[in-house]
Amino acid sequence: MTRVTMTVNGKAVSGEVEGRTLLSQFLREGLGLTGTHIGCDTSQCGACVVHVNGQDVKSCTTFALECEGAEVRTIEGMANPDGSLSTIQQAFQDHHGLQCGFCTPGMVMTASALLAKNPTPSEAEIRHYLEGNICRCTGYHNIVKAILAASGQDVSHLGHGDAVAAE
Amino acid sequence: MPKDHGIGASTKRREDVRFLTGRGRYTDDINLPGQAHACFVRSQVAHGRLNGVNTDAAAGMPGVIRVFTAGDFERVGGLPCGWQVTDRFGAVMQEPGHPVLATGKVRHVGDPIALVVAETYDQARDAAEAVVVDIEELEPVLDMKAALAEGAPKVHDELTSNLCYDWGFVEENREAVNKAFETAHHVTTLDLVNQRLVPNAMEPRVAIGDYDFATDDSTLYTTSQNPHVIRLLMGAFVLGIPEHKLRVVAPDVGGGFGSKIFHYAEEAAVTFAARHLRRPVKWTCTRSESFVTDAQGRDHVTRIELALDAEGHFQAIRTETYANMGAYLSTFAPSIPTWLHGTLMAGNYRTPLIYVNVKAVFTNTVPVDAYRGAGRPEATFQLERVIDKAAREMGMDPVELRRKNFITQFPYATPVAVEYDTGDYNATMDKLLEIADVAGFEARLAESKARGKLRGLGVNCYIEACGIAPSHLVGQLGARAGLYESATVRVNATGGLVVMTGSHSHGQGHETSFAQVVADMIGIPDNMVEIVHGDTANTPMGMGTYGSRSLAVGGSAMVKATNKIIAKARKIAAHLMEASPEDIELKDGRFTVAGTDKSVAWGDVTLAAYVPHNYPLDEIEPGLEETAFYDPNNFTYPAGAYACEVEVDPETGKVTVERFAAADDFGNIVNPMIVDGQVHGGIAQGIGQALLETTTYDEYGQLLSGSYMDYAMPRASDVPFYAVDHSCQTPCTHNPLGVKGCGEAGAIGSPPAVVNAVVDALQRAGHSHITHIDMPLTPSRVWAAMQG
Repeated sequence: MTRVTMTVNGKAVSGEVEGRTLLSQFLREGLGLTGTHIGCDTSQCGACVVHVNGQDVKSCTTFALECEGAEVRTIEGMANPDGSLSTIQQAFQDHHGLQCGFCTPGMVMTASALLAKNPTPSEAEIRHYLEGNICRCTGYHNIVKAILAASGQDVSHLGHGDAVAAE
Repeated sequence: MPKDHGIGASTKRREDVRFLTGRGRYTDDINLPGQAHACFVRSQVAHGRLNGVNTDAAAGMPGVIRVFTAGDFERVGGLPCGWQVTDRFGAVMQEPGHPVLATGKVRHVGDPIALVVAETYDQARDAAEAVVVDIEELEPVLDMKAALAEGAPKVHDELTSNLCYDWGFVEENREAVNKAFETAHHVTTLDLVNQRLVPNAMEPRVAIGDYDFATDDSTLYTTSQNPHVIRLLMGAFVLGIPEHKLRVVAPDVGGGFGSKIFHYAEEAAVTFAARHLRRPVKWTCTRSESFVTDAQGRDHVTRIELALDAEGHFQAIRTETYANMGAYLSTFAPSIPTWLHGTLMAGNYRTPLIYVNVKAVFTNTVPVDAYRGAGRPEATFQLERVIDKAAREMGMDPVELRRKNFITQFPYATPVAVEYDTGDYNATMDKLLEIADVAGFEARLAESKARGKLRGLGVNCYIEACGIAPSHLVGQLGARAGLYESATVRVNATGGLVVMTGSHSHGQGHETSFAQVVADMIGIPDNMVEIVHGDTANTPMGMGTYGSRSLAVGGSAMVKATNKIIAKARKIAAHLMEASPEDIELKDGRFTVAGTDKSVAWGDVTLAAYVPHNYPLDEIEPGLEETAFYDPNNFTYPAGAYACEVEVDPETGKVTVERFAAADDFGNIVNPMIVDGQVHGGIAQGIGQALLETTTYDEYGQLLSGSYMDYAMPRASDVPFYAVDHSCQTPCTHNPLGVKGCGEAGAIGSPPAVVNAVVDALQRAGHSHITHIDMPLTPSRVWAAMQG
């Protein structure tokens, strides 16, 4: 066992891990941050995407020890400081970009990484960037729409049925 | 103006906040104090005699607590099958045993042989590799037709053959149908494969068994669509635990699509192990394990024939299908190719004579059961493909041929034993042609041509039977379960409500849409209603969520219970205002004496119910809580029309879906945003089936498409934006909400649209010999067809 130290969602954390311990395992089991999900074992589905030093990575394919000293951000660290949903999270709710919610953390982390690199991506750029994130519920329509909306682009032509605020 | 609350409003989902902030609580997020971890040793061969299992080395590995083998489960029952089909000769189906751990033989790759329990998952996994299994390999049974040949090896030695049943429907029509074909003006025949799919909910299955020695209570946390069904099946048939000592919890569940309906061996094994070890035992499925253990879908090989008169009126339909059951009968497997398939063979059309024959076959593959649509996609695909082929052969427009045969009078009794209550198929077709901009197709075709691409348009209809269905009817058809739904509505003293439903939400948004219904009935804000589901300890016995039944059946139970609440509240209000209950009106959360300005608020009445100082105690009891069970008296019949436009690259055979439109009639709509989302997801699964997904076993029964590296899940770049519309509404006539169900429509309606479009593109390009290509329409298949 080796001690690993990193910053997760702004807090310094450390723990004892085996060499084979994955970042996803460390986050879920070591830190109790269960928002990062494991949907496959071949690094394809993207439910486990987190940010390491600002880069979107698949935490199921990253060893915890590789993140020594790194800044890690997970879905638990995505809301605004006052606890309200951030722009990208709010867009997912407003445009029904999630159903069962299992792929959602990875989708949000991937989408926010895309928008950091490319603030107004085209539909094709969004679809291409989501290559490593699989969703079985939404058919991607409302995910792509939510990301377009979060980037400030007009989505009013993309079908009806957007949400109204609950009372 | 669109509504901003209640029934008909696109209310934002309350579930989303927890899912978007990482605060969902899925089964794998649960860790119990003292929990041990389980790993299964599974068969690596498709068919073999299990001569021995040596656990000595594994038992001595670090952290190992216990290794269970089949012998430990000797006093435990097998996994039950929930539906008994009677064959066309009047005999019941062949029903083999399904042990929790393989006994005597292994019958598919992934069949569980032993269960290793250790302090950590890694230790359990390491030890599982040290279990030595002695298997004498046998010839696997893979191809369905070969499985039925004389002298074929048998999957189950105790059965007379690999034939589960040979079902005819309606058997009495068989001769009349044959005669109609002898005299028909034109017969169109189509041989096709509806390939096997892996449902692939994004959350892999998880099961945690827990046991309280002090109270003798067992608890199972599991990724299920129907916790009450699991409690009944596992308690009564497998482990012998009465319901009052067994609790099943299905918390947030990450998608199901059918695959989480069934009772699986792992659930029983961890519950059993927890009792034995007196500590919690957790099993988390890897994706690779899901591919060889989650029940798979479809897998039909079919010949369909359509007889027409000279004007194109349908005279008769005859189909013969081989349906793969896999190695064992999964919970509802026998019902899928029969009652959920044969009864839909009339589609949206007047066809006086129909005969459906289905031979269900055992093979050394993963069991097959319901997957989104379950039998109805298989019926729709063959019917809508053969109609397209017939139109081409007779030189008729495929849309006009459909219109000519549409059912237009309702109710309509089909020759396959169901009665459609409402529908307007011309209306959905008109709407489809509008939203798909079919009028603009020729211009888009020219534009594609100019870029050297082929373009095609495919249109089709679908109908489905949802909200299964009257218990007395399904009982006659062989269901070993009732198919009602339940709800308990508990009103609190200060006016808020908790609705406990037997339905289960695993992505459908019931916590939002169910609250909209109840709040609307009373006239209070949605956020005064809380929906509770997924735990047998605090919900009434209900059958769960599948077959697009939640709102039609579960919602109806909720309406019934809420009506009881309102009736009682009206009496209390009448007492408070010294009026007669008949004169009390409820509107916008206030009770008013009709024709006066006397009124009391909802909260005054609920408070009076729990603080009954001024209360008609001689007439009614204090409190405000009601339960209702709703057993529908028919299926519901959502229907619609779908259109797909594809481009085909003539050099590579690659198909691109350029446009997709869906016009559905779901009856009344509670939350249009959620309905849109359900259709979107179904369409993507249908496009996945049509173009990408398939389940491939090699000649040894090894699953070749056993991970996301090999099984082509649809990605964001494989699909377009969809145009969906559900403004054509013919409300269901026999449930109180007039709703029909929307969960499966997309997956049912879309595969034939895609294939029709590709065939259309190839035909337009002069490949007149191409009348069908089996799914998935991969570049290699399309390219090969173009060469032929």
